[in-house]
Amino acid sequence: MRIPCCYCGERGNEEFAYLGDASVRRPLTGAHEACGEAVMRQWMDYVYLRDNPRGAHRELWQHVAGCRAWLVVTRNVTTHAIMHVEPARDVARSLAQGSAQ
Amino acid sequence: VSTPRHRLRTGGLIDRSRPITFTFDGETYQGAVGDTLASALLANGVGLVGRSFKYHRPRGILTAGPEEPNALVELRSGARREPNTRATTVELYAGLEATSQNRWPSLSCDALAVNSILAPFLSAGFYYKTFMWPASFWEKVYEPMVRRAAGLGRASGEEDPDTYEKAFLHCDVLIVGGGPAGLMATLAAGRTGARVVLCDEDFRLGGRLISDSRVVGDRASADFAVKLLQELTALANVRVLARTTVVGVYDGGTYSALERVADHLAAPPPFVPRQRLWRIIAKRAILAAGAIERPLVFGDNDRPGVMLAGAVRTYINRFAVAPGGHAVVFSTNDESAGTVRDLARAGVEVQAVVDPREDTSSDVASAANAVSARLVSGGVVTRTHGARRVRAVDVRTAAGAEMRFDCDLVCVSGGWSPTIHLASHLGSRPAWDDKLAAFLPGPLPPGMTAAGAAAGKFTLADALSSGASAGLAAASDCGFSGQPVDVPATDPESMAGRPLWRVKGVRGKAFVDFQNDVTDKDVALAEREGFRAVEHLKRYTTLGMATDQGKTSNVNGLALMAELTAKSIPETGVTGFRPPFTPVAIGAFAGHHRGKAFKPTRLPPSHRWAQEQGAVFVEAGQWLRAQWYPLPGESDWLESVSREVRAVRERVGVCDVSTLGKIDLQGSDAAEFLDHLYINSWSNLAVGRARYGVMLREDGFAMDDGTIARLAPDRYIVTTTTANAAKVLQHMEFAHQWLWPDLDVQFCSVSEQWAQFSVAGPQAREVLRAVVDPACDISNAAFPYLTAGEVSVLGGLPARLFRLSFSGELAYEIAVPAGYGDALIRRIIEAGRPFGIASYGTEALGVMRIEKGHVGGGELNGQTTARDLGLGRMMSTSKDFIGRVMAQRPALVDPERPVLVGVKPVDRKARLRAGAHFLPTGAESVGSNDQGYVTSVAFSPSLGHWIGLGLLSRGPGRHGEIVRAYDPVRSGDTPVEVCDPVFYDPEGERLRG
Repeated sequence: MRIPCCYCGERGNEEFAYLGDASVRRPLTGAHEACGEAVMRQWMDYVYLRDNPRGAHRELWQHVAGCRAWLVVTRNVTTHAIMHVEPARDVARSLAQGSAQ
Repeated sequence: VSTPRHRLRTGGLIDRSRPITFTFDGETYQGAVGDTLASALLANGVGLVGRSFKYHRPRGILTAGPEEPNALVELRSGARREPNTRATTVELYAGLEATSQNRWPSLSCDALAVNSILAPFLSAGFYYKTFMWPASFWEKVYEPMVRRAAGLGRASGEEDPDTYEKAFLHCDVLIVGGGPAGLMATLAAGRTGARVVLCDEDFRLGGRLISDSRVVGDRASADFAVKLLQELTALANVRVLARTTVVGVYDGGTYSALERVADHLAAPPPFVPRQRLWRIIAKRAILAAGAIERPLVFGDNDRPGVMLAGAVRTYINRFAVAPGGHAVVFSTNDESAGTVRDLARAGVEVQAVVDPREDTSSDVASAANAVSARLVSGGVVTRTHGARRVRAVDVRTAAGAEMRFDCDLVCVSGGWSPTIHLASHLGSRPAWDDKLAAFLPGPLPPGMTAAGAAAGKFTLADALSSGASAGLAAASDCGFSGQPVDVPATDPESMAGRPLWRVKGVRGKAFVDFQNDVTDKDVALAEREGFRAVEHLKRYTTLGMATDQGKTSNVNGLALMAELTAKSIPETGVTGFRPPFTPVAIGAFAGHHRGKAFKPTRLPPSHRWAQEQGAVFVEAGQWLRAQWYPLPGESDWLESVSREVRAVRERVGVCDVSTLGKIDLQGSDAAEFLDHLYINSWSNLAVGRARYGVMLREDGFAMDDGTIARLAPDRYIVTTTTANAAKVLQHMEFAHQWLWPDLDVQFCSVSEQWAQFSVAGPQAREVLRAVVDPACDISNAAFPYLTAGEVSVLGGLPARLFRLSFSGELAYEIAVPAGYGDALIRRIIEAGRPFGIASYGTEALGVMRIEKGHVGGGELNGQTTARDLGLGRMMSTSKDFIGRVMAQRPALVDPERPVLVGVKPVDRKARLRAGAHFLPTGAESVGSNDQGYVTSVAFSPSLGHWIGLGLLSRGPGRHGEIVRAYDPVRSGDTPVEVCDPVFYDPEGERLRG
């Protein structure tokens, strides 16, 4: 498999490390917020629960043997076709803006 | 050594002026440059080359290519001995040594040929039926016996003396196969200026252009191949890789190819690898791998002398060998016309042409007539006769009459199967074409097209033109343009034929899979016993599961099953193919990554000095660290380690701690960033101070610990454990780029940039005063415990000094740029000599950290929380940090959870062992009474007995209690006293001194 890194261009997948689903977001739980059942369920989902969809999947990869950038790669998990690659930082920023609005 | 008897006087692509001698089973023979081992053996009249896998039947050479199922030999000797090499693809070299396999005492007289008589008991599934009982016999009696009787060659059993290489190649168009289609495709793509790579497994390119005697344009097909190659070699943008097999297709236009760089030499020259595994990244690929001829299934069709018709033509045309004297041609298609003509030209007498079609074409008939061969239209060969070589064949005519022809060569052809293996490597299934009676590639991998025989274009004219257009199309897909290549005309040809899947009503064994000895009866048995699905058929009979992966047998086997179940071939199914196309040595996959090159050794800056001291080293992760430094007269590691500990506790010691991970973290948000990562607070750490920190994983378990020093308001030096250095850096990058992308921080690893030594013991300050430049004040008042700052050493060299203590003594860690590490350790030792300094290794370091109750690898094992480690109070309640919420899960704060304690044996002479489990005194030794376990142990020289750290349920409240450290694996059951984990100087007065 070949992944086009946003900074380095297309490279073999052996240069990358895989983390997993990029659609899960770390819950925002304030330091003084009580961790009741609802909050705990939110965290269990974030830490442990993952969907295993067929077809397109947004996932986090890191170009560990290259520029060290974390990337959000949209990949078809049945054909391994890479549809889209974005810097994780840009995605995280736009998600943060979206949730702030 | 005489000249080969069956070598033709003229023709062929071998160099008669360069004879080569070689040996087979100890006999010396002569071949020529340009021969394969198979062609050279045939030239010398050697027809018997091996014994079959199961029945030990005599076997000869069936093919002229990589699909060969029979002619497997051991090549070379000693450490280079290589089993199961196909004689048909082994390029002959001077001094080649080959040995036949699977026979005893000799090839011509094989004792286990008795298996042929036992054949009724050796049918498909015989293992499962025969060797069932008694069960205890399987491992000791049956399996060794079966393994000795069956099987192929022997591995050398020695380390491979050769080197292997891995290499990368990028191109626009990759062409797989250098036959007529592949060469034309390369030319068409190459002329556009595209970067083209052409791979062919053979040492001579041309495929059927050099195997058949055809006319292309105004010249012989072999000359046409030479002319094409000349033009290709002149193109700078075309790279031709001969002796290179494309063995696998992977995602993203990635292909693997094995180049046999030095397999055609007795041994690789210096600095030349034996083989090279290419990873080729291509925008487009053209599969021009040709086709594999199918044998016919009739009685005793495996006897030496039975050969594929296409292979017979190859041996005649390319290798100038007459593979026999009297031939019978048994073929389902019009290609037999060319076979007959080639045989006649080679002086082989053609006795009969047997064509199962009653409407034999006029072309075949006139070819037979021209050589006065008997044409048997609508006839079949039912059986061969002979011992170790065919002597005659039985033929049954259309009318059912039996006749016998004397012959020593049977040229068989059941049509062609396109070589489509690579097309299905990404998972697509081949598609059956009824008209061609062949499987064609199913949906092709992205970027791949097929041309020539691989695409079912069986005639030479179609192969040339489909190659030319595929080459141009592939190049234009990559943005190149060019004129269509002129495709020269070819002499008239017909590939028409009608398949015959098996000859019915035969006597003798009719083999489908030659290499695994699978017959038509085995397929029928599988059908009767219900193993009808293709995958079941394959596994029950082992059809297609030998080293050739059924290249000559899969389609015949499938067609037989289709016939037995009265289904069509596509209904019966098809098996796909996985890489590699042909076997690849493990060495080629490993490449340079062998021994230490697989896992490099990292050496700390004091390594050379430690070697001079005669240190004993230990691998810690990838690092080689000094474990202890034995002195003359010390006989036992414990003696050395205890002396090192006492030196630190009583005087002073020095230890290289450079292997700890070091991360330089800068930016206006650095404090906030660390607050997110660690359980404790960093914003309130004053500049010039250091602090111990613990980080959790998001699931609430401890991940790593270390000290962090603040050098400036916006600059911290973070240290990690040796083992987790890379993991922590990656974790920080994730947090920075994904979780908190707006924080203004930058960081990078500086682990290898700094040499760092711990100087510990009551005299540490005195020693350092002689190392640190006099202008720097390191008095206790100016540089108290947990101070960090920049100093200079060795007369002006910038250094960092941290007052940290892992040992529990007055201690410092001093860091200099790594290149000065060697100079610094020597200076410290010199300065410490008047104080009786000792160097100490990782063992003494470990003993002292256990004496002080510091957690290490045994405790930070991925299953412990900060609370388990007795560090729960460090967890800040005024900020959010990674792992905070999940660490509050009820199970992780359960008071029953094992928590860090110290233990000492009640009998102070007793030894403790890590891994022992805690059981209450008097309780039964069962899992339900388990209360935790010992994580680390050491002999404490300071206390004079063994001590341990462990995780004990409700541990902190049980100090003083006696429990059992139960270790059934090593027969240990030691009463221990639970105590505080800090055994030594619990008030911490020494480290502040």
